[in-house]
Amino acid sequence: MKHARIRFEGAVHAVTVEAENAVRLADGRLIGESLVEWLPPATGSMFALGLNYADHAAELAFTPPTEPLAFVKSPGTYTGHNQITWRPDNVKYMHYECELVAVIGKPARNVKREDALEYLAGYTVCNDYAIRDYLENYYRPNLRVKNRDCTTPVGPWIVDVADVPDPSKLTLRTWINGELKQEGTTADMIFDIPYLIEYLSSFMTLQPGDMIATGTPEGLADVVPGDEVVVEVEGVGRLVNRIVSEAEFFAQYNKEA
Amino acid sequence: MSRALHDAATGTLFGVALNYKGLLEQRLAEFEQAPYQKPPVKPVLFIKTPNTRNGHGQPVVYPQGIERLQAGPALGVVIGKRASRVSAEQALEHVAGFTIVNEFSLPEESYYRPAVKAKCRDGFCVIGPELVPVAQVADPHALDIRLFINGEVRQQNSTANLVRGIPQLIAEITEFMTLHEGDVLITGTPEGRADVQPGDQVEIEITGLGRLANPIVAEQEAH
Repeated sequence: MKHARIRFEGAVHAVTVEAENAVRLADGRLIGESLVEWLPPATGSMFALGLNYADHAAELAFTPPTEPLAFVKSPGTYTGHNQITWRPDNVKYMHYECELVAVIGKPARNVKREDALEYLAGYTVCNDYAIRDYLENYYRPNLRVKNRDCTTPVGPWIVDVADVPDPSKLTLRTWINGELKQEGTTADMIFDIPYLIEYLSSFMTLQPGDMIATGTPEGLADVVPGDEVVVEVEGVGRLVNRIVSEAEFFAQYNKEA
Repeated sequence: MSRALHDAATGTLFGVALNYKGLLEQRLAEFEQAPYQKPPVKPVLFIKTPNTRNGHGQPVVYPQGIERLQAGPALGVVIGKRASRVSAEQALEHVAGFTIVNEFSLPEESYYRPAVKAKCRDGFCVIGPELVPVAQVADPHALDIRLFINGEVRQQNSTANLVRGIPQLIAEITEFMTLHEGDVLITGTPEGRADVQPGDQVEIEITGLGRLANPIVAEQEAH
């Protein structure tokens, strides 16, 4: 089953997703996708992995890490399926990152990897955009690169654990304007989801709604205003986002607030 | 935590590293070398996840298996009104008030990678004892900060020594990331962090903001 958060007629609803992405509200009504605004399906902290695919680490000329490289993202950077993300003016390189995301379902502390999947609510997809111009070597990658307003699309929904029999054999793909730009498989992940849950929960309590974004394979490319960027994880979801200019984004963003 | 602070500081906890002149200056030579290559250009930020939240008078757990734990005295700025792309001149209009933060951390040998393991442990961000409204603090850049362990002063500094003051931090951060009502900006810990041990009583005093006190307790054996 697929679970989502949506806005419909001004109110936020927790829904299940049915055929043709129609959503079922708690009161039983079935609403067509065209009437629905998709919201990020979870709103906890996101622990995002850097250099977690061997090919991507090589692409960036790094030796693969021996311990997970995790950085933290906060809810202000999340945005939902079919929303917009802004490219700042005067930067040379903004790239997408297609990632499988594990969503935590119950508090997890000192969890062993063989028990890890019991702590999951399910899986979703994110596009962990980065502005490489802003990379500095302090807490790298820092928030200016990775925690920008509405620069981490997440969703469209959470798929139950039972509906993804083998998360270590999923194809990841990214398209810009319909052209396939990135293709890889979760089989190439260095630290898999059970390992990451064991690692993080060994020193902190993961909370329901927290997410682990598991990193991206090679095949990055620049995106510019006007681009439609689609990231897909096989069997989990297809997440669509459109790039707009800084001026266009803030005209809308600060008007809505 | 007083009720007013409990209600006001419910958002994301954002920390600023290397924001005391003494701390930055003592590392500058090292920051010219690999892996850093050059000193930081923009604020060096981190997030204290919600599991780190802790209150005045509550125990702070000294985790099993670690070698050292350090207190992190800091001035906390509580956002009162959504701030997106605000200028330094307007920044304080978006602040509800000030409080004390004890930003606990394992010692940091390196600033190269995000310090999740050092900073995001349960209960590692104490906030309190109360929210002091902006209007009651004449100059937030002239406050004495003192850390006491078992009644003895172990660290002492002044917010006059911030690399970036509060208006500049808010302006630079909100250029790319909105600060929402209830978010807390932890403006930095001065040089000379002190080690704490199980059994210690740790207190931070900031001029006009009161005294934030916590006992350190050993983590219980897992059963």
